[in-house]
Amino acid sequence: MLNPERLRVDAGADRRESLLATRLHIDLPLLLLLALICGFGLIVLYSATGESVAQVQRQGLRLAVAAVLMLAIAQLPPAALRQWSVPLFLLGLGLLVMVLTIGEQSKGAQRWLDLGFVRFQPSEILKLALPMMLAWYLSLRALPPRLLDVLIASLLIALPVLLIAKQPDLGTALLVGSAGVATLFLAGLRWRLIIGLVVLGASLAPLLWSLMRDYQRQRVLTFLDPSSDPLGAGYHIIQSQIAIGSGGLYGKGWLAGTQSHLEFLPERSTDFIFAVLGEELGLSGVAVLMLLYLAVILRGLAIAAGASDTYSRLLAGSVTAVFFVYLFVNMGMVTGLLPVVGVPLPLISYGGTSLVTLMMGFGILMSVQTHRKTLQRE
Amino acid sequence: MLGDTFEDRRGERRLFRWRALFLAALVLVSLGLIVGRLVQLQVVRHEHFTTLSDDNRIKVQPVAPTRGLIYDRDGVLLADNVPSYALTIAPEKVEDLDATIAALAELVPITAQDRERFERLLPQRRRFEGVPIRLGLDQRERARFAVQSHRFPGVEIAAELSRFYPEGRHTAHVIGYVGRINEQELERIDRSDYAGSSHIGKVGVEKAHEHLLHGHVGYEQAVVNARGRVLERREQKAPVSGQDLHLFLDMALQRDAAAALAGRRGAVVAIEPDTGGVLALVSAPSYDPNPFVGGIGFKAYAALRDDIDKPLYNRAIRGQYPPGSTIKPFVALAGLATGATGIHNGKYCPGYYQLPGHSHRYRCWRRSGHGTLSMKAAIVQSCDVYFYRLAHDMGIERLDDLLAEFNFGRPTGADIAGELGGLLPSPEWKRRARNQPWFPGETLIVGIGQGAFLATPLQLAAATAAIANGGTFIEPRLVAATRAMLGAPLQPTAAVRRPIPDQDPTHWQAILDAMTDVVEGRRGTARRIRTEAYRIAGKTGTSQVFSIGQNETYNEAEVAERMRDHALFVGFAPIEEPRIAVAVIVENGGHGGSTAAPIARAVMDSWLLDRRVEPPSPSEEEAAR
Repeated sequence: MLNPERLRVDAGADRRESLLATRLHIDLPLLLLLALICGFGLIVLYSATGESVAQVQRQGLRLAVAAVLMLAIAQLPPAALRQWSVPLFLLGLGLLVMVLTIGEQSKGAQRWLDLGFVRFQPSEILKLALPMMLAWYLSLRALPPRLLDVLIASLLIALPVLLIAKQPDLGTALLVGSAGVATLFLAGLRWRLIIGLVVLGASLAPLLWSLMRDYQRQRVLTFLDPSSDPLGAGYHIIQSQIAIGSGGLYGKGWLAGTQSHLEFLPERSTDFIFAVLGEELGLSGVAVLMLLYLAVILRGLAIAAGASDTYSRLLAGSVTAVFFVYLFVNMGMVTGLLPVVGVPLPLISYGGTSLVTLMMGFGILMSVQTHRKTLQRE
Repeated sequence: MLGDTFEDRRGERRLFRWRALFLAALVLVSLGLIVGRLVQLQVVRHEHFTTLSDDNRIKVQPVAPTRGLIYDRDGVLLADNVPSYALTIAPEKVEDLDATIAALAELVPITAQDRERFERLLPQRRRFEGVPIRLGLDQRERARFAVQSHRFPGVEIAAELSRFYPEGRHTAHVIGYVGRINEQELERIDRSDYAGSSHIGKVGVEKAHEHLLHGHVGYEQAVVNARGRVLERREQKAPVSGQDLHLFLDMALQRDAAAALAGRRGAVVAIEPDTGGVLALVSAPSYDPNPFVGGIGFKAYAALRDDIDKPLYNRAIRGQYPPGSTIKPFVALAGLATGATGIHNGKYCPGYYQLPGHSHRYRCWRRSGHGTLSMKAAIVQSCDVYFYRLAHDMGIERLDDLLAEFNFGRPTGADIAGELGGLLPSPEWKRRARNQPWFPGETLIVGIGQGAFLATPLQLAAATAAIANGGTFIEPRLVAATRAMLGAPLQPTAAVRRPIPDQDPTHWQAILDAMTDVVEGRRGTARRIRTEAYRIAGKTGTSQVFSIGQNETYNEAEVAERMRDHALFVGFAPIEEPRIAVAVIVENGGHGGSTAAPIARAVMDSWLLDRRVEPPSPSEEEAAR
């Protein structure tokens, strides 16, 4: 069983890895774990794309670009990130408003902003900007936060989440929201407030229901009873459960998944790639990936716990929490535990948007981990 | 910083560590939940899901639209869809391919060609898609396989509509054929629309009207078992069938024209002068297009490709020949239109022509000369010197301008794929193609349709139709009307008409008179095809064959035969109200008047008098060769 002291000792041991950490600002354990996950992911992706070398190459290129970004962020000391917290948050909010007014429509949702040279989703910025903003705000207050601080922090969370939910992009709203809630929780939000909020949330559920769009309601209904619509909205859930279940303990073998290769499984290289893994490599293959993910999360929490100031601690902690929410929501969705929400499997699903944000988050973790000495000397 | 005392920091740190620990516990519990779920799916209910995965899968499949049919003007079916049964193998689902094929060969005959086609198609298929190992299974073979099918996972009988051309070789050069979609075509087409289609128009009308004939894809849900076998189908979105095409072509005329040309290499194109509709388009020799639909074997294809008579070569639209004397009526009209000569202006022919200041003599085909000739006499007797003079007086630019109005030098735009445009020589062309200046002597040669001047039989027929209808060039058309679906009204196609700039009726009448005398006149070069039944206007032509391929070896008799001039004839009838314009070319046929003109007459008889042409018996055909 873990205890806080042990987390601190682990972090202390790394301080001795001098050169890599102090000069290049690389956290070796984290880097190795990420490399393992990404490599594993490319192998699964090769099968999921129907053995498309071109798509695997493209994803490999995205991984390389994201890794360079990660290492670049790692060079910035947390103090610099801290300075950028407020401007970045305001910029993110501004872009979200722009998206709703002049953004590009695609598949019934308005998520993209075209700046001429690059097309991107401003909601991605908030996945990092919101925890940075909250960490900045809360690090100025005495912790645990008082009620007024909690109310202000809640407002800071609600603003971007509502803007993103209006696009509508439920998956990203969920991730951004959980980043904010995680920051608040790590800052020491009082338990009675937490319980109070849960009760309030439950009682507000009907209100939320009335605010949802038809397709979102449909998703929830389908989640509750997939067989009600086996060829429509329930198709994804049913087919992915068949894929995973038929994989068994050891799977059907790499490249031999009939559910994916006979094209029964939709979105098999993106949101539902976990089902391909479950079908072809079975429970054993899934367990390997989950252990790797768990190690990354524990490493992230250890880095956060070992950080030397409140801002770094809160930011590192919430970045790690977001990573966890990513994989939990995705796995929960694919295995039928949670309703279908468009959240990719982190570091493995085909696509570049969430990859870049995730890797930048890991860059923050590395920065926090490798800049501690200099900070302490100040 | 506010409240950032040492005590507070220690307190905050301890608070954070407990929270992080709680989070770690939450992570472990959540992941435990996922693992529990996975165990439930993959261990406890593994059998259940394996059964579902193996037995009952629902898949959305494209449904190919039915290709439109092609009819002649009287509703004779020229391109049909017939049910066909193929034995297909999906290699991914078969353990030992060779053993499977060997076992199949015991049930139904599988030839070496079948295997060769299978090997050829194998790398082109989509994943998990069946590849045909045997085409055209009959009822007995289907029954024999059905009984044994459980032994052959991954092998299926695929029923599909296959293209069939009932008229075979008679329509091969007009309709063309469909074949399996190849990789270049895959790049061009809308892949989703062709998701269910295996074939595409390769040549002829099938290619030119691919977008009308193909239709639009539909979708169905198919319940498929572990081996990809379809257990049940439910239609979701019906495909839209391709449109039916009704051609101007008259099948009886087409057959008669082919019979009239039998045993020779050449082409006949017949056009309705008022509409531009193509009544007959024959290129001889021809080939049977039906084997191409399933994928012709390499040997059979090589035999057609290497045949010295080139049956695959569509002479009617791709054969480019010097038009020879058949160009003279057009040059005469150019002379009148530009004012370079008058209808009654005479020119003297001493048997040769010399350019001013040059010693070279351009000879008339009649060495002794024609004496002084009117334009009419010059056309009737096909005097070369008259047209040397006329071409020289006009100059190449003015001559080219009018010949271009008759569409020489570029494709006519007919709705048949693969048409070539011939070549109308000009100083600009010569500089571009050969980087040489234009010599005055070349203008003379253009005036008699020789030298670099090239035209296709289709171009000649279309240009002749423009004389027949009194001065309007109409782009030739194969398709007269389209029908979107059964019971829908026929949608006629529109003609593209371009009046020739010279609309002085006396000019056209002069050309018509001269061409009439070519057949009706006592000295006309085509007087032997004169008939009492109706009156014909025409012009004979002979074009020189320059050389044969240098690396080809022929026996002496062959050389002599293949060195002979090409025989040409263009004409139309009846002259009072022309209903048919014809261009005939017979390769190495000798003189136009003796070889090509009688073929044109037979075609006109067929159309105007409904007189059938008896196809020669095989022995006669052999003798003619």
